[in-house]
Amino acid sequence: MQTLEALTRDARALANGAVVLTAPETEVARQLQICNACRYCEGFCAMFPAMTRRLEFGKADIHFLANLCHNCGACLHACQYAPPHEFAVNVPQAMATVRGQTYVDYAWPPALGRLYQRNGLTLSLALAAGLALFLLLALAANGTLWGGQSEGGFYALFPHNLLVGLFAPVFLWAVLALGLGVRRFWREVTPATTGQPVSAPAAAEATHDVLRLKYLDGGHGEGCNNADDAFTLARQRAHHLTFYGFLLCFAATSVATVYHYVFGWSAPYDLPSLPKLLGAVGGVSLLLGTAGLFKLNLQRDPQHGDAAQKPMDLGFIALLFLTSASGLALWLGRGTPALAALLAVHLGAVMALFATLPYGKFAHGIFRTAALLRHAVEKRQPNTLALGSD
Amino acid sequence: MGTDVLVIGGGNAALCAALMAAEAGARVLLLEAAPRDWRGGNSAHTRNLRCMHDAPQDVLVDAYPEEEFWQDLLKVTGGLTDEHMARLTIRASSTCRNWMRKHGVHFQPPLSGALHVARTNAFFMGGGKALVNAYYRSAEKLGVQVRYDAPVERIEIEDGRFQAAWVRGERITARACVLAAGGFESNRDWLRAAWGQNARGEWPSDNFLIRGTRFNQGVLLRHLLDDHGADRIGDPTQAHMVAIDARAPLYDGGICTRIDCVSLGVVVNREARRFYDEGEDFWPKRYAIWGRLVAQQPGQIGYSIIDAKAVGRFMPPVFPGVKADSLPELAQKLGLDEATFMQTLNNYNAACRIGTFDHTALDDCHTEGVTPAKTHWARPIDTAPFYGYALKPGVTFTYLGLKTDETAAVRFGDVPSDNLFVAGEMMAGNVLGKGYTAGVGMSIGTAFGRIAGTQAAQAALNEGVRHANA
Repeated sequence: MQTLEALTRDARALANGAVVLTAPETEVARQLQICNACRYCEGFCAMFPAMTRRLEFGKADIHFLANLCHNCGACLHACQYAPPHEFAVNVPQAMATVRGQTYVDYAWPPALGRLYQRNGLTLSLALAAGLALFLLLALAANGTLWGGQSEGGFYALFPHNLLVGLFAPVFLWAVLALGLGVRRFWREVTPATTGQPVSAPAAAEATHDVLRLKYLDGGHGEGCNNADDAFTLARQRAHHLTFYGFLLCFAATSVATVYHYVFGWSAPYDLPSLPKLLGAVGGVSLLLGTAGLFKLNLQRDPQHGDAAQKPMDLGFIALLFLTSASGLALWLGRGTPALAALLAVHLGAVMALFATLPYGKFAHGIFRTAALLRHAVEKRQPNTLALGSD
Repeated sequence: MGTDVLVIGGGNAALCAALMAAEAGARVLLLEAAPRDWRGGNSAHTRNLRCMHDAPQDVLVDAYPEEEFWQDLLKVTGGLTDEHMARLTIRASSTCRNWMRKHGVHFQPPLSGALHVARTNAFFMGGGKALVNAYYRSAEKLGVQVRYDAPVERIEIEDGRFQAAWVRGERITARACVLAAGGFESNRDWLRAAWGQNARGEWPSDNFLIRGTRFNQGVLLRHLLDDHGADRIGDPTQAHMVAIDARAPLYDGGICTRIDCVSLGVVVNREARRFYDEGEDFWPKRYAIWGRLVAQQPGQIGYSIIDAKAVGRFMPPVFPGVKADSLPELAQKLGLDEATFMQTLNNYNAACRIGTFDHTALDDCHTEGVTPAKTHWARPIDTAPFYGYALKPGVTFTYLGLKTDETAAVRFGDVPSDNLFVAGEMMAGNVLGKGYTAGVGMSIGTAFGRIAGTQAAQAALNEGVRHANA
């Protein structure tokens, strides 16, 4: 609860054109003042070295650092000032809270930012709508959801052009919304991170750090924390399975699109065709990765992160799981009477996934990549501080 | 199932002892006075280990040979040390790190702001609490039983042999015991008795802050010294003591409450007068004397005064400084007599002989004609805004302890016990008579914790054999 005094002060500052920190941002600034005087956690990740280049933490610094934080938990378990200490330092939690807020703040269009706040509901409604849409379409085209003309393949149910007409706008919208959102973030944090442009080595380093998920390795290679103070590589691995699984599935679709338009080869493709190969490996990988992430999320130390974002995390994981599971089921059940229903469920899930991509957990990968890139730029610039004891 | 080795304490030395004893095949029970959240004692606040090495070693650069380490210790203790025990600690520090790694400790290059110890000190990744966590995990894997909230009130000793310990009315027996329960720094009454009343009628220790755990009440130390007449070492007023932010919490303020701008400005006491050369040497070599210096001032308080030129040149303090646009305003805000304060500052400013300022070297900026002199980094304090930080003595740990030897045995009437050993702060006074040098507390704790654990396991297993043969 903000006190009346704080509210009055903020109102006055706003009137003077000053930047006012939100309560979660103020909390991050308070904790980082303590961290900056301690610095024991510098070896864990990128966030703490970035912090040491600063003496004060403005709004843009906080947004940058919050998205640089990978919520690995190492600093919480190592912290001599963590609760029950009166300093109550819990960096992963403070950062997660601000991170959630930055997703809302930078969302495009801004009015849709609120979709993050009740993300469980957003995802549920999107999924229900996606399923309803395709089940009704299937029913209309097929007359029944069980059996019917499924021997004719997918396109007998849903003509290719109908699918393109439905998915292309949603996909392009997701790309546009995420792109514009992260552009706003980039513009805000760039001046706070030296303002220098991205160099090739910085881009290469950031790419490496994203693709390897370097900052889930604990800084020592034994992994990050999940349930307690022990280190585990499970989170990094489950993320990798999910991330690369998703990319492979996406690649399968892209290759299939090329097949369709360039070579005129129509789906379905079967093994050992490239789209099927990519899709099968990607689907299994995504299935395993999301199952792992779901389990890890439930076992997670409740002190990590922001409990309010748990539905968003779990909802996104579940939707990815449903997408891969229904995709694989579709493959296995293709010659059976279940085809129409399976296809409708799969397409409904995919539609819900892409429709909510810019307003859900997916954004964490995009914003964190941007933060890692700014970090790679900033760390190559000379530090303006010359602390005495060095 | 009986206990072979009982370890009393839950910090670095205790854990090293427990791990060594368990590795030697002993059944180990560890009693930590604190609840789990506060486990690890002062070790949870540490960050590095001072290490001897003859050549570059992973995170350690260059070399830090035994002789140089010994000379450093000799200098900071003013000779109040035992060469045999000190050299034993030093040599152990050169070989213990692989063992530490095996038990999950990770090392990292020095933290930013601490490059001055890149050669001498190996930093724990994540600091001491990460080390303590790793040791507890490893101990539990080795089958060490750990009990939290288990403060030992007293122990039974017969003919110099440990028999049993008492915890909340429960009698716990074991074949051997390691005492590693810390100093008495958290015991306000004991500090008061030790420091007494000064000529101004003050009880100086009432104004001390404790940088570490609140659980080091010295219950066992007093019990051993007073009730069992164990041989003692050290002076109860000697401690690792630094000047910290006066706003720090009474306990567990840890590293972040330090104030590192002393050498960049001046320090005045409550009467607004300077009292010591702020630029005598590099701050990392002087921080450990300022606790006592402030303790000797009226009200046990000092004020570090800097101007805008110093900002960004020292580790940022945890609390913002008192800020003012002029020196008189700063005096008012700090509650200091304005006239005296201005006289002190004006005298100092006028006495500055500015050469080439370089805070990374013992530069030639010094004062002339003012007492006390400031021998390096002396620049006039004349650029607004001005900042003031109130300082109080912060006790890290006390040096009064049990006398021991290279076997870590507790001694009674100069006779070593067969099965009672001591490690960590409870015996650090054997090496540190006074003064301090960064990271040496962990060197002592690790060296003697490991010795005590090995010796205790040996004593317990021999005892077991004796019983079997009887």
